[in-house]
Amino acid sequence: MAAKKESTFINMVVVLLIVSTVAATTLAFVYQATKGPIEQAKLKKQKNAIKKVVADFDNNPIAENFKVAIAEGDTLECYPAKKGDKLVGLAVKTYTKKGFSGKIWLMVGYNPDGSINNISVLEHKETPGLGDKMEKAKSDWSNKFNGLIPEFKGDEPVNIKVTKDGGVIDAITATTISSRAFCDAVNRSFIAFKNSQK
Amino acid sequence: MEYVLIIISAIFVNNVILAKFLGVCPFFGVSKKVETALGMGGAVVFVMTIATIVTYLIQKYILDKFGIQYMQTITFILIIASLVQLVEIILKKMSPSLYQALGIFLPLITTNCAVLGVAILAVSTDGFGLMESTVYAIASAIGFGLALTIFAGIREQLDMMDVPEGMKGVPIAFVTAGILALAFMGFSGIA
Amino acid sequence: MSKVNIFTRGFFKENAVFVMLLGLCPALGTTTSAINGLAMGLATTFVLIMSNIVVSLIKSQIPDKVRIPAYIVVIASFVTVVELTMKAYLPELFAVLGLFIPLIVVNCLILGRAEAFASKNNVFDSILDGLGMGLGFAMALTILGAVREVLGSGSIFDIPLYEGDGALVFVLAPGAFIALGYLIAILNKLTKKTA
Repeated sequence: MAAKKESTFINMVVVLLIVSTVAATTLAFVYQATKGPIEQAKLKKQKNAIKKVVADFDNNPIAENFKVAIAEGDTLECYPAKKGDKLVGLAVKTYTKKGFSGKIWLMVGYNPDGSINNISVLEHKETPGLGDKMEKAKSDWSNKFNGLIPEFKGDEPVNIKVTKDGGVIDAITATTISSRAFCDAVNRSFIAFKNSQK
Repeated sequence: MEYVLIIISAIFVNNVILAKFLGVCPFFGVSKKVETALGMGGAVVFVMTIATIVTYLIQKYILDKFGIQYMQTITFILIIASLVQLVEIILKKMSPSLYQALGIFLPLITTNCAVLGVAILAVSTDGFGLMESTVYAIASAIGFGLALTIFAGIREQLDMMDVPEGMKGVPIAFVTAGILALAFMGFSGIA
Repeated sequence: MSKVNIFTRGFFKENAVFVMLLGLCPALGTTTSAINGLAMGLATTFVLIMSNIVVSLIKSQIPDKVRIPAYIVVIASFVTVVELTMKAYLPELFAVLGLFIPLIVVNCLILGRAEAFASKNNVFDSILDGLGMGLGFAMALTILGAVREVLGSGSIFDIPLYEGDGALVFVLAPGAFIALGYLIAILNKLTKKTA
């Protein structure tokens, strides 16, 4: 084995410099190589989510996306689904901060008449085994929303609330907070849908 | 965001060790005595707070600005490692008594994943500014110290208990930690 | 030490999780199911082998006093490679493992092997060591994940075993500690009998 380099100041600085430079260059290369696939993976995920929640379409909803304000400084992204030139649905990417831990992101799909077609969960950090039942893969709870048209009395939602709060949605067992948050996200998306019609 | 909410959430509801599994190694390593647990807790409060502030500034003003977010892991860990060294040198010079108390724990902190974990969480949480991140870091570190100290207190008692042969030592410590985590889950009602 | 021995001791005699109690954070944090545990274990194995190779190659060029920072840079680079690759090709898995991927960098197991083994041995032995230790770690995580999945969700590798919800607590944080505690106790019992 070759003798160890001595720990002189010059040696230490030079070695660390070389190691860091090589590391940074390698990472820059890997970053460049994976940049495209990472973007595509994100787009694909979004496109799949849109496909799941609105009726069959043949346009590119992501390319035609627009932002709708639902309150001062609060905007949501919308993706129109069209077949031919006819609008067949609108997917709204919505979120709520009222979740158990962190934001819950949903993609809510509307039919042209304002009724909910389907909902898919994009991202959440709710408790596994409890709050994550909002995911289609874990339970069909979120199907309860399909076909409903959210109603409001002033700013207050009327029907999209858990039954405990006087709404029509049975909360997921032992998970009132997550269920309430889910309703909140849906109601927010409906305001975006309504405002987009104006 | 409300600071009170951040503090309560970071200490009790989302305790770094018992709910997020960050810093589990020192949790078992230095929890045999309450005294050492307190020392380690103090050192972590110190380093975690400074580390989160520095990494936050680096993230916002260097990594984000130049679009090199992929250097995050490597930059953060180097910052934490150098900070630990720096704190050690400064403490030695400025306050020998504090160094006496915390000194031996400092080198262990570099590989305490709670420090890196909290730094990454702070910059990746939406709506966290410098103030929120700092508060979050302090509260997380206090949560770490709290869990560590409670656990050390239980383990001191545990030594005197009649534990079944196969469960002696490490296994019973894990089961105890599990029960403690169960107790902390009760706090989730607060949020 | 024989080559076979270098490879196999990572599985039982010096198993990172069950015996040495290293890398506990990912061992507890990512093992909500067998598949997650396996994925985390394999990601760690990759970083461990690569860092062992590089450290072993450059060991004679690194002055003693700066060896730790140099090793950390090497490890952090490979962790970032894993992170970027997973984001690009396995985005769903990355979403589940999340924070614990960058945290591989502070897994004491990896720096520990670099310092205790790779910095003193040749490349071939270092690869064997990394492979053995890494797969031993992956095995431990898979077993723990499997136990928690069977008890907590009533399935294994996503294949349902029985009806109903299972004991939810095993998927949550407390169950992780308790399951690992009992696993170590059982392992202690078994190794004592054979010895």
